[in-house]
Amino acid sequence: MTLSMEGITKRFFGTTVLDEVSLECRSGEIHAIVGENGAGKSTLMKVLSGVHQQDGGRILLDGREARFTHPRQALAEGISVIYQEFTLLPDRTVAENISLGREPRRAGVLVDRGAMERRAAELLASIGGEAIDPKRLARHLTVAQQQTVEIAKALSYDPRILVMDEPTAALPPADVAALFAQVRRLASQGRSVLYISHRLAEVFELADRVTVLKDGRRVATMPVSETGPEDLARLMVGREMSNYYPERRSSETGPVRLSLRGARAAGLHGVDLEVRAGEIVGLAGLEGSGRTQLARALFGVTPLTGGDLEIDGRQVRIGSPRAAIRAGLAYLTADRKAEGLVLGLRGADNARLATRALGRGLARSALEGIADQVGLRPEALRRESRLLSGGNQQKVVLAKWLATEATVYVLDEPTRGIDIGAKAGIHEVIRELADRGAAVLMISSELPEVIGMSDRIVVMRDGAVAGELPAGTPEEEIMLVAQGARAA
Amino acid sequence: MNASPADLPLPRTSLRRRAEGTSLPVWLVFALVFVVAWVAAGTRGGDFGTADNLRNIALRSVALGLVAVGQTVVVLAGSLDLSVAYVVSLSAVACSVVMTGQTGLIVPGVLTALLLGVAVGLANGLVITRLKVNPFIATLGVSLVLRGLLNATFDNFAGAVPEEFQALGYDLVAGIPVSVVMLVAVVAVTWFLLHRTPFGHHLYAVGGDPESARMSGIRSGRVLVFAHVLCALCSAASGVFLASRLGAGAPWVGPDGGYDLESIAAVVLGGTALTGGRGRLLGTVAAVLILAVVDSVFNQFQADPFLRTLVRGLIIVGAVALYAYRGGRR
Repeated sequence: MTLSMEGITKRFFGTTVLDEVSLECRSGEIHAIVGENGAGKSTLMKVLSGVHQQDGGRILLDGREARFTHPRQALAEGISVIYQEFTLLPDRTVAENISLGREPRRAGVLVDRGAMERRAAELLASIGGEAIDPKRLARHLTVAQQQTVEIAKALSYDPRILVMDEPTAALPPADVAALFAQVRRLASQGRSVLYISHRLAEVFELADRVTVLKDGRRVATMPVSETGPEDLARLMVGREMSNYYPERRSSETGPVRLSLRGARAAGLHGVDLEVRAGEIVGLAGLEGSGRTQLARALFGVTPLTGGDLEIDGRQVRIGSPRAAIRAGLAYLTADRKAEGLVLGLRGADNARLATRALGRGLARSALEGIADQVGLRPEALRRESRLLSGGNQQKVVLAKWLATEATVYVLDEPTRGIDIGAKAGIHEVIRELADRGAAVLMISSELPEVIGMSDRIVVMRDGAVAGELPAGTPEEEIMLVAQGARAA
Repeated sequence: MNASPADLPLPRTSLRRRAEGTSLPVWLVFALVFVVAWVAAGTRGGDFGTADNLRNIALRSVALGLVAVGQTVVVLAGSLDLSVAYVVSLSAVACSVVMTGQTGLIVPGVLTALLLGVAVGLANGLVITRLKVNPFIATLGVSLVLRGLLNATFDNFAGAVPEEFQALGYDLVAGIPVSVVMLVAVVAVTWFLLHRTPFGHHLYAVGGDPESARMSGIRSGRVLVFAHVLCALCSAASGVFLASRLGAGAPWVGPDGGYDLESIAAVVLGGTALTGGRGRLLGTVAAVLILAVVDSVFNQFQADPFLRTLVRGLIIVGAVALYAYRGGRR
C-alpha cells in the first residue's frame, strides 16, 4: 500500500511540534525516519496511528483520504505500530497481550483461550520466537523476548504498514541482526516499513530511503545510497558533527577509588573490579550478564551478600542508596523515567534530590553552574521533567549526580534513546568527570560507545568478570569474550 | 532478569499460574481467622461451628459482599467508586417507595431500584471518561448529590415492602438463605464476565495501562463506563436486599453500613491492587467473609464495638502488609 502524509501539522498547547511534514512510503519499502529527540518523529507516527489527530494536512492510503480518531481505526486500515516504550501489559500473558482487543471467541461471547494461545504460538514461531511460552506473564520476559512479542502482536493485525519506533533502543546487540532479518522479510512480503532510529548505522544497513526531520519540519528525503552518515548527522543536528568521542586529557591515573573483591549478590557470583581516579572503565556484556545487578549492588539497591567493597581505600558496607550517596557514589540508572527522575517535579527540584541525602541543599547559583556544565539551559530547569526531551532529562539526572560531588560514578546506559547532539554532550561531561579525578564505571550495550569512551573494558558474563580488555579493542573481540567463546 | 528460565519450555503438567494472580493467600488468611474465631468461641463457651451461626455469617456478608463485588470491578479497571453507599440507600428507598406494601408491585420496585443504579453508574462513568474528572472526585461528587437528594426528600423509613418480598431477606432454600444464593449468583456471573469474556480481558488491560489498551484498539472509555454501571448495579442489588431485610428503605441504610470505605477495604484485603489491573474477585469474597467472621465473634460476646473496629483495622493492615511482603519476594 502506498502511504502519503501531506502537510501534516500538529500543535500541543500552542507549540507547533509538526510543521507541514510530508512523507511518502511505497509498498515493500523500508523507509527510515531520523531526527534528534523532539524533532517530531514519534508524534508523526502517532498521528499516522490515530493516537493523535493532526491539526492540518491529510493522510492518503492508496490515494484515498483516511482520518483516524482512535487507534482502532488505523489498526483496521492495516497500520500497526511497535512503540519505543513497550506497550505490553506486565500482568497479562503473552497470548493475552498479543490478542488484546481481538480475543478469539467461542459462541460469540466467550474468550477462546486455547485458540488464543495457539495463535500466539504460531505467530511467535513465524518470527523465531518459538521458545516463548504464550502462557507466560509478560513481566517475566527478557527485553529481547518482549520485543519479539511486540512484533508478533503487530503482525497479528496483518499490517500493510508497519511502524517501528526505535526498535533496537533496548535490544542487546546480539539480537539486532535477527531483528533486521525480520524487517527485511516483512518488507519483501510487500509491507511498507517505517523505521525510526537514532542509530545512523542501522539506517544505512536497512533502509531504502531516509527522511530527516528537524524541529518539526522535514529537512530532506532521499535514497540512502545518495547520502552518508556525516551528511545525515549534519542534516539532523544542523551543524558539523566531528570528533564523536572526547579525547582523554591527562594520561595519568590516580589511586584506586573503587575496589571490589569477591562481590556476591543476586545474580553476581564473585566479582573483582577496580576503578582508579581519572579512569573510565567500560562494562560490557550481554543482557543478563549481571552488569546492572552489579551497579545496583554497589549502590545498595540490592545490597551485597558477600565480598569486600572499598571506596578510596576505606572499607564500606552499603545497605541503601542513601548510604551509597554518603559514601561518595553516584548511580545513573538505565531507566531514567522510572528510576532517574520524579517526572512531575521541575528539572531544578530533580537536580536537588540527591544532595538531600548528604544533608545539604543546593544553592541556586551552584545549580546553575552545574546546569551550564552539562549543557542544560535555565528554562529546562524550570520545566516539569516529564515535558523535557530525553536528552534534557538525562542531563537533569547527570546534574543531580554532579551536585553530590561523588568520587565514584556508576553510569548505566547513560545515552540510551538520546539524540546525537545530546549524546556528544553527555560523553563530554563523562570525560570531564574522569579528568577531574572521579572514577567512572560505564555500562553500555552500544559497543562503539564502550570502545570510544573507555580507558579499560571489563566484560561480564554469568554474573562474574569474564575478562579485561585494553582501550580500543575491536567490537568482535569484546563480543567473543561476552559470549564466552574466548577468554581474555 | 536472566534469559534461561524463559527459554526452556515449561512443564505442561504444572498448574497454570493465573495471569491475574491468585486469591489463595486471602483464603489462607480467612482460614486462619476462621480457626482463631472457632477456638476463641469454643473456649468462651460460644457456638461457632453450628449451622445456625455459619448461616448467620453468610447472611452478614450479603450486603457488603454485593457492593464489594462491584467495587472490585471498578478497582480492577483502575477506578474507584465512593458513591456506592448512597446507591444502596437510593435503591432501598426506591424499592420500598414503589412497592408500598403491594405484592403486585414487587417486580416494578426491583426494576426501578436496579435501573436507578444503572443510571448512577452511567453518570459516574461518563463524568470520569467524558469530563475527565478524577474517579475519586467524580464519585464523591455524585455521592454528595445523591445524599442531598435523599436527605431532602426522606427523613427515615419511607414506603414498605410486602411480606412476600421479605422472603429474599429471611427465607431459606435447602438450608441456605435466599440472599446468600443471590450473592453466589452475582459472584458467579461477575467472575464469568471477568475471566471468560473479552470484556474481562479489556477491563484488566484498561486497569493495567489505559494508554497501552487504547493503542491496542480498545475503547477504554466504554470499558470504564460499563465497569461503573456494573458496580452501581451491584450496589443497587445490595439496596434491594436491605429493603427486604429491613421491611423498608431509609436514606441512612447505605452510609450507616459504611459500604463505601468498607467495600474498598474488602477489595484491598482481597489482594486487588488499588492501582488497577491486578487482583481476583474471589479474593474480595474471602475478604468479605473474613470481616463477617470477625463481626460474628464480637457480636456473640457482645464485646465493645470499638474493639471490633480496631481488630478489623489490624486485620486489613496486617493482611495487606503480608501480601506486600510476599509480592516483594517474587
